[in-house]
Amino acid sequence: MSPPTTPQRPLSPHLMIYRKQLTSMLSISHRISGVVLSGGMLIVVALLYALVAGPEVWQRVTGWLAMPLGQGFLIAWSLAFFWHFYTGLRHLFWDAGYGFELKNVYASGYATVAAAVLTTALVWGIVYYV
Amino acid sequence: MSEPSTRFETRLGRVRGLGAGGGTHHWWMQRLGSLALVPLSVWLVVSLVTLPAMDYEVAQMWLAQPMTAILMLLFVNVSLWHTLQGLQVVIEDYVHQTSSKITALVTLRFGVWFLMAIATFSILKLAFTV
Repeated sequence: MSPPTTPQRPLSPHLMIYRKQLTSMLSISHRISGVVLSGGMLIVVALLYALVAGPEVWQRVTGWLAMPLGQGFLIAWSLAFFWHFYTGLRHLFWDAGYGFELKNVYASGYATVAAAVLTTALVWGIVYYV
Repeated sequence: MSEPSTRFETRLGRVRGLGAGGGTHHWWMQRLGSLALVPLSVWLVVSLVTLPAMDYEVAQMWLAQPMTAILMLLFVNVSLWHTLQGLQVVIEDYVHQTSSKITALVTLRFGVWFLMAIATFSILKLAFTV
């Protein structure tokens, strides 16, 4: 008797030809924003350490963050923060058993995107103009 | 044979010893961390946005206040814990070779512990000296 062989079947989902949907994009962006925020934790810890290491170190870190590149980084970081915050909140509601109807999944999905973008804009509006 | 099973696995599955192991506990701890980070994140964003400036003295005075130091200790350490839990899942999902996976998981855990130590030391030093 020959040993059993595993047939080479295609795996699902076919990511390359799969049509993009709000649901799958929010799912992967929740993970990507989480990874971005993990890297951002290095900056958070660096800022805390700089407060103890002295004004020169603080100047160096915040000076870099005040440059256009640093500002761009901070804006991207804050968007990732609010994105992950709202998509994570949506996940917590699912974990509690709420919002599984397809209609609600899409409604909360659009609400998540809107809330993340609006909160980011609001925070930077306050920082720059108030 | 009469021992009641409290685990969601068959006896055969237990004998084979495959699977992630402790997944339910990890899932629950991840939800607890997420839940705690909801109010902590709101506190941090509101505090940072309402700070008059981000210069050295203002930031030091702010962080040295008892309640700020306590909440910041919670925010940073729960965030780093959440980072560890999240990146662990990402590594487990995408790194399949056992030696690389274990190396990545150990490096991640040591790195996160190191960041926790730096952050906690910095906050406490500031809170007890300023």
